[in-house]
Amino acid sequence: MASGLLDPPASTIEQEYRWTLNFGPQHPATHTTLRIVLEIEGEKVLNARPEIGYLHSGFEKIGEHLNYNQYVTVTDRMNYISPLANNIAWHHAVESLLGIDVPPRCQYIRTILFELARISDHLLSNGACALDTGAFTAFLYAFNQREVLYQVFETLCGARFTTSYTRVGGLMYDATPKFIEQVRQFVKNFPKVHADICRLLNRNRIFVERTKGIGVLTKEEAINRSATGPIARASGVTRDLRKDTPYLAYADFDFNVVCSTAGDCFHRYLVRMDEMLESVKIIEQALENLPPGPFNVPMADRTVLPDKTRVYNTIEGLITHFEVVMTNRGFQTPRDECYTAVEAPNGELGFYLASDGSETAYRARCRPPSFIHFAMFPHLIRGHLVSDIVAVLGSLNIIAAELDR
Amino acid sequence: MDPQALQTALKARFGEVAWQYSESPRGQRRLVVPAGQLESYLSFLKTQCGFDLLIDVTCVDYLHYRGARDRFGLVYILGPSTSGERLVVRCYLNEPDLTVRSAVPLWEGANWLEREVYDMFGIVFEGHPDLRRVLMPEEFAGFPLRKDYPLRGRGERHNFERITRNQS
Repeated sequence: MASGLLDPPASTIEQEYRWTLNFGPQHPATHTTLRIVLEIEGEKVLNARPEIGYLHSGFEKIGEHLNYNQYVTVTDRMNYISPLANNIAWHHAVESLLGIDVPPRCQYIRTILFELARISDHLLSNGACALDTGAFTAFLYAFNQREVLYQVFETLCGARFTTSYTRVGGLMYDATPKFIEQVRQFVKNFPKVHADICRLLNRNRIFVERTKGIGVLTKEEAINRSATGPIARASGVTRDLRKDTPYLAYADFDFNVVCSTAGDCFHRYLVRMDEMLESVKIIEQALENLPPGPFNVPMADRTVLPDKTRVYNTIEGLITHFEVVMTNRGFQTPRDECYTAVEAPNGELGFYLASDGSETAYRARCRPPSFIHFAMFPHLIRGHLVSDIVAVLGSLNIIAAELDR
Repeated sequence: MDPQALQTALKARFGEVAWQYSESPRGQRRLVVPAGQLESYLSFLKTQCGFDLLIDVTCVDYLHYRGARDRFGLVYILGPSTSGERLVVRCYLNEPDLTVRSAVPLWEGANWLEREVYDMFGIVFEGHPDLRRVLMPEEFAGFPLRKDYPLRGRGERHNFERITRNQS
């Protein structure tokens, strides 16, 4: 067993100048509850020991007791910066376990939403990184756009934050023309705001000096430490699941994977910034080609809840509704295990599902990108100054609810 | 690496009987390996077969699973850093011997993932540099994700010692 967290280090002359400093669990710059025990010499961080678990609420245990449709409400609360991405990732995994192919319209709507979620996640991540390194204005610009996105989500599903929008084999509601109009408006206005944020930060001397060359992650280390998503791409690992194993409707669209080789905080910020423009490209193409037709799998498949008008007006709809809801008549799932991942804003978000044939997952493991990225924090901060901690934390985009689940 | 080449390479290195390779209907590749040799399989897959990225480490408790013969299934998900394919490597563990060799010497990324599996399932990783609980508090006794652990806990909340302001 390793020594306790706060045990004093073995006493030698030079170690007597070392301090142990607690960063968190409540600190404005951690944004959520996480704790780092720092060993510092003057302003220099010699070692950092992250302590997590303050927000642990047993999401994976709950996943073994809620059925595949109910659990979507829990995924909202994992990475609450982009809940729609989690909803889609969860039901994408469930559908690949059940062997369901959702209709094209559903795939397109999900793709649009996934990219909107990516934009809102990157806006907050970059905005908060800028906020912590002293550039307050950019944060307001970013949050203003997030507010627009919240309104778009509200139009879509009535909820701004905890959307729970997907269902097994489809969606809660179809996308309305009003929603599509709002998304059009958003993608029209967003590049201008994006350019404003770039002008505020890209050559801002304070921001650049506080992030450039800080927390460098080499390509070898990125692979060795299982980095994925923007953090791996900023270090030169040119992987993006949207291109590698195209899911949803990504194969239909023309977009680029944004990469960099420097691997420091500043380039992680740049990668996220440019990824937002690629997302806008994807959304524009998806809106142009949004196919008509059903947004759910056919009612006869008995996996998705039928439309309410059919439940109230037809006997088949009523029967199907009750059969899906009843615990002993609901889903037919294969006795199988599968791992399905999507390229979430933060990295690879995967679900490892084990099913025993019932409508509840036997094991619902979530591969949380924050957890894996936070594990490399001591490696990134060693040798830097105390003030660089917030820059590294911000650029890793640590979401404690996803970290602890 | 295509499935045929992977199987040929595994045959050349480990013989034919020790491991099982299968593919799911959706094309996911699985490899079941003996628990005692897990480390050498992972090391072989990493160095010789190009699976140099560790995606995830997790575990499934098969206590109430109909027809299951083993208690725990330990899962390592690997992928190459040059493409999007995934390989699920599984080994089975039974009580009382819940010990496997750690993968931290191969991937630094396995560090916290294995700590989480230890925390939640009580599987001990030999050779792990820092095998402490990661999510649950250090003094916690049970393993919450095991199937014999109840959903609402075993009175952990009530058993916390009450501390008044004067005592703290």
